[in-house]
Amino acid sequence: MSSLNQDQIARRDRMGLLARAEPSRLEKLFPEIPVHELLRAPEAGAVMVRGRVGASGGPFNLGEMTVTRCSLRLEGGAVGHAYVQGRDKSHALRAAALDALGEAGSEQVAPILNALCAEEAARRTERAEKAAATKVEFFTMVRGEDQ
Amino acid sequence: MYVATKGGERAIDAAHDWLAEERRGDPSVPELSIAQIREQMRLAVNRVMAEGSLYDPDLAALAIKQARGDLIEAIFLIRAYRTTLPRFGASLPVETDAMAITRRISATFKDVPGGQVLGPTFDYTHRLLDFKLAAEGEAPEAARKPADDTPAPHVLALLDRDGLMEPLEMSDAEPGDLTREPLEMPADRPLRLQALTRGDEGFVLSMAYSTQRGYGRTHAFVGELRIGTCAVEMEIPELGFSVEIGEVELSECETVNQFTGSKTEPPQFTRGYGLVFGQNERKSISMSLVDRSLRWEELGEDDTGAPAQDAEFVLYHCDNIQATGFLEHIKLPHYVDFQSELELIRRLRKAAGADMQEAAE
Repeated sequence: MSSLNQDQIARRDRMGLLARAEPSRLEKLFPEIPVHELLRAPEAGAVMVRGRVGASGGPFNLGEMTVTRCSLRLEGGAVGHAYVQGRDKSHALRAAALDALGEAGSEQVAPILNALCAEEAARRTERAEKAAATKVEFFTMVRGEDQ
Repeated sequence: MYVATKGGERAIDAAHDWLAEERRGDPSVPELSIAQIREQMRLAVNRVMAEGSLYDPDLAALAIKQARGDLIEAIFLIRAYRTTLPRFGASLPVETDAMAITRRISATFKDVPGGQVLGPTFDYTHRLLDFKLAAEGEAPEAARKPADDTPAPHVLALLDRDGLMEPLEMSDAEPGDLTREPLEMPADRPLRLQALTRGDEGFVLSMAYSTQRGYGRTHAFVGELRIGTCAVEMEIPELGFSVEIGEVELSECETVNQFTGSKTEPPQFTRGYGLVFGQNERKSISMSLVDRSLRWEELGEDDTGAPAQDAEFVLYHCDNIQATGFLEHIKLPHYVDFQSELELIRRLRKAAGADMQEAAE
């Protein structure tokens, strides 16, 4: 993956953020889907999730997850793709449209991504802080032989 | 043998109507929503996702509602739905090292980098019924503390570094998939792990327990149990690079077990591994114990004849959907089969009667 260029890295980050977004939140941030031609209508399917034997050995099949995918082309010609967790077709459609807008260099994209990114960071921090509160701080009691 | 018979349609329709009414229960009690099941019956949802072999909390919650809380029936519904979905591909193997941890404990080391994190656990509760839950109350709030970014590497990696663990063979070999090809023996470790992670929790637990009680003992320590979320990444064919397509919650257990060694290799600890969808530590610990006991042959151990060492026995009986399908089919009409049994027993009794009469005379 080290061979990705700046644009590809930006696209990978954008698609990942859109895939992890809450569909209802995305709809609120991006209510109007621009005029487009569907190259692949939103379609629900499954992806086989893999693990590694012993966490770092060879791969094995853990089980599937639901995923919805979509590809479209905007009027200006930019093509967008989406693979998003779950079965929400409008989520995939919006993610693909935003991916295409990102490819077209639209200024509409950055504020949406920034909002999603900040909210995701807040959710992650909240969880990490709850976990931190349950971290054990061991202390050793005075033992008999020390006296 | 079965024969097609007619005449049951009206009775079946009425039975289904009654089922729907019973499912709803007393209409003066508010109806359960899918979101309520998803949020408040989370561990049941996790079990249905793990054994249904499909990660989708909303679908699992719907299945639980439809099945009236019968989790095996819910798993059946998910398995059936799963077969209707086209498969887009396979993910890259999840990196559990990079898991966002909600719970992480080690029974082998007190001080581990990243610390021991208890998370939302039933451990240390007194298992006394909490009658406060019978009344509606305010939503409780978890304590918080600023989090540091100390990495929490796998505990077994520490032993690995010192050469005390059996080495893992790193590969990118395409694993077998028992949902595509029927499971055949001998099954390699990736296939065994796939069967165990979707296997019945009760069955896998009992198999694991039997090893602890001496039927194929493996002396397991929980080197590490970690629960949290992992990103799922997949290569996107249209782009030629991989992208995160979502996140899944996972429970992972690594056991440290007694030794292997040979004339050329010094003694080393051996591994058992469990990885399961959702927070489900009982299942992940059970899975790692059974994984370890099934490895007796490759580790040069004796076959003691223990059930948990018998891969064919374990893997062909751990699937509760196959099991319940075959078990419950015997309640379906077997009129013709039974007719032949009746004829047979009448003939036998007749012959026996003639013999007895002869003997009496």
